[in-house]
Amino acid sequence: MENRLRLLRAERNWSQQDLGQRLEVSRQSVNAIETGKYDPSLPLAFRIAELFDLPIEDIFVSPSRRSSKAI
Amino acid sequence: MPRSPAWKRYNWRVIWLSLLYAATLLTATYGFKHKLLHGGLAYLAAILPALAIVGIFGAMGRYLVEEQDEYVRMLLVRQSLWASAFALSLATVWGFLESFGLAGHVEAFYIAVVWFFGLGLGSIYNRLTLGSGAGC
Repeated sequence: MENRLRLLRAERNWSQQDLGQRLEVSRQSVNAIETGKYDPSLPLAFRIAELFDLPIEDIFVSPSRRSSKAI
Repeated sequence: MPRSPAWKRYNWRVIWLSLLYAATLLTATYGFKHKLLHGGLAYLAAILPALAIVGIFGAMGRYLVEEQDEYVRMLLVRQSLWASAFALSLATVWGFLESFGLAGHVEAFYIAVVWFFGLGLGSIYNRLTLGSGAGC
């Protein structure tokens, strides 16, 4: 799933390791989410949103909205 | 990469179970070779090394339950599915070859070895498709 995680992390000067520690997941998990190779569960998506103090939809791009924009 | 507490517990369990496997296998081999084991004791000695291997499967199950990182859990599940598909497929093909007299008999416990080999294949698949492996 497309997302702004890398950008939000870079704005705070956090490494993937830093973000992983804050979310209590591994660095490879952060990398997989950032690159869109893995879609986080709803609880993890909420943890990410709460960490950045943003609504989930401001971090993750809804696949249906993305396809409707493309149309 | 720092490993999770669940991974460390898994590793310790596997180390202890591997030592138990080696000890029980050596004991059983010695006992049967010198004809020291009879009746129920013989069955027990023959089963104990197998139970250690069953314990390793159990340790993997515990690790899946205890691991808090959902992505790492998913990697291990994919690896396990690869291992199961590989081991079951090979056992099925070999079984038919054997039943038609085209292949020799292989002891059934080797399927566990094939399954662990399948975990390695699953890890390679994870690396090729996702760029990371769970490590088991």
